[in-house]
Amino acid sequence: MTTNANTSEQAIKDITMPSLGADMKEGMLVEWLIKVGDNVKQGDIIAVLETQKGAIDMEVYDSGTITEILVQPVITVPVGTVLARLSLAHVAYQSDTETIPTEKIPSPMVDSEVAIPKTPLTKNVLQSTVQLASPIVRKLAEQQQLDLSTLTGTGPHGAIILKDLPNDAHPHATSEKLTDKRTSTKSSTSMRSAISAAMEKSKREIPHFYLSLVIDITLTQRWLANENKDKSPEQQILLLAVVMKSVALALGKFPQFNGFYRQGRFLPANDINIGNVVSLRSGGIMVPAIHHVEQLTLTDIMLALRDVTLRSRNGHLKSSEVTDATFTITNMGERGADTVFGVIYPDQVAIIGLGKPKKSAVVLNNNITIGDEITLCLSADHRVLDGMLAAKFLNQIAENLQKPESL
Amino acid sequence: MNTDDIEQLVLSAIQQVAPEIEMDDIEVDEDIRKTCDLDSMDFINYLIAIKNATGVVIAEKDYGNANTFKKMVEFLSLKLA
Repeated sequence: MTTNANTSEQAIKDITMPSLGADMKEGMLVEWLIKVGDNVKQGDIIAVLETQKGAIDMEVYDSGTITEILVQPVITVPVGTVLARLSLAHVAYQSDTETIPTEKIPSPMVDSEVAIPKTPLTKNVLQSTVQLASPIVRKLAEQQQLDLSTLTGTGPHGAIILKDLPNDAHPHATSEKLTDKRTSTKSSTSMRSAISAAMEKSKREIPHFYLSLVIDITLTQRWLANENKDKSPEQQILLLAVVMKSVALALGKFPQFNGFYRQGRFLPANDINIGNVVSLRSGGIMVPAIHHVEQLTLTDIMLALRDVTLRSRNGHLKSSEVTDATFTITNMGERGADTVFGVIYPDQVAIIGLGKPKKSAVVLNNNITIGDEITLCLSADHRVLDGMLAAKFLNQIAENLQKPESL
Repeated sequence: MNTDDIEQLVLSAIQQVAPEIEMDDIEVDEDIRKTCDLDSMDFINYLIAIKNATGVVIAEKDYGNANTFKKMVEFLSLKLA
């Protein structure tokens, strides 16, 4: 993204097609959820994208006012293409070396009658007989053969916006269908190629080493059974949430595992955002990140896990959720295998695989008792991490798991 | 609400977590997690979908009485009667 001080005191920021992974080259803009003149807040969902990872809700990273929409859906563009421009709410002049003057930015792919520039040129547009309309309205009108000139617009300069359309033409169902259809027909092959690109890169470039630890979780399971006994489903806590919190706290103590390998060295991450591998029922996986796990309660983590599981399957993950992970957990669940040797997601430096929790003969004070065990397997990047540190990290997680009540 | 309505409601709760499942895919006497291939996260989301549709809360201690499609329909019929 580039920031530049315009002629006035307003700072304009480009909104570009985001890269949702090292392997992503291009993305498809399916729908704008904003129009020129809209005020947006950081984190608002402004567009729906179709990518190799399926349908993604694109967030905006700054607060401000949308000044231009340069690209119309449905269109596939390379990562980095300027899609729209935003006038920042708080002017922050940045001496960014990447800053380039607006004039040098390639001319936008846009219909003049759709963009509503704030310059005097607008008058010419307004005086013409062309009916102003937002991009999504135009798309729907085309699909449904509506004559826009018969409608009254309530948008800026009388532009026809979504709510001006007759109810039966209302788009949400349409765009949802469009997205879902794409997701189901296209995703199995394109998601496969996204997974294979990332995994090839990982196995080609990252010298993995693996350490596993069998952890006695008798206390953890007993605590969970007691906690969940009388709880309604929304309040149920699963072992995965307890492990996730234990890992997050251990990452706080061992920041060497939380971050990225870039330009030949380890770059620690500021936040602890844990990606959780969600298997899609039709095949393939999504790895949505849960942000700031170390600060969440177990109930919050469960809420987030349930939410991202559902949204991973219906194609409404947010762009930040597919890009922000600093560490990954892959959980085979109770139907899975004893040990999972995970493949690190580049540029991260480690991944933890959770095996199947099971009843086991546990030796405690020289007695054999029936207890619960789980095998955690850590895959780590040997370019930046060593075995002894990895063992300490695993043991820290095991220790955290013994005190679920304090998580 | 008659039995047909409740069966439809349980099926749509399943479809919220497993959209591809149809009635023909479900063995009504088999554990719902097995017959519909639900993991524990899916199962919780399914119970929440049931609760949202009916108001009936199924706590962990009730699982034994509601762990198959048939038992769930019976359990809900009792609660909603």
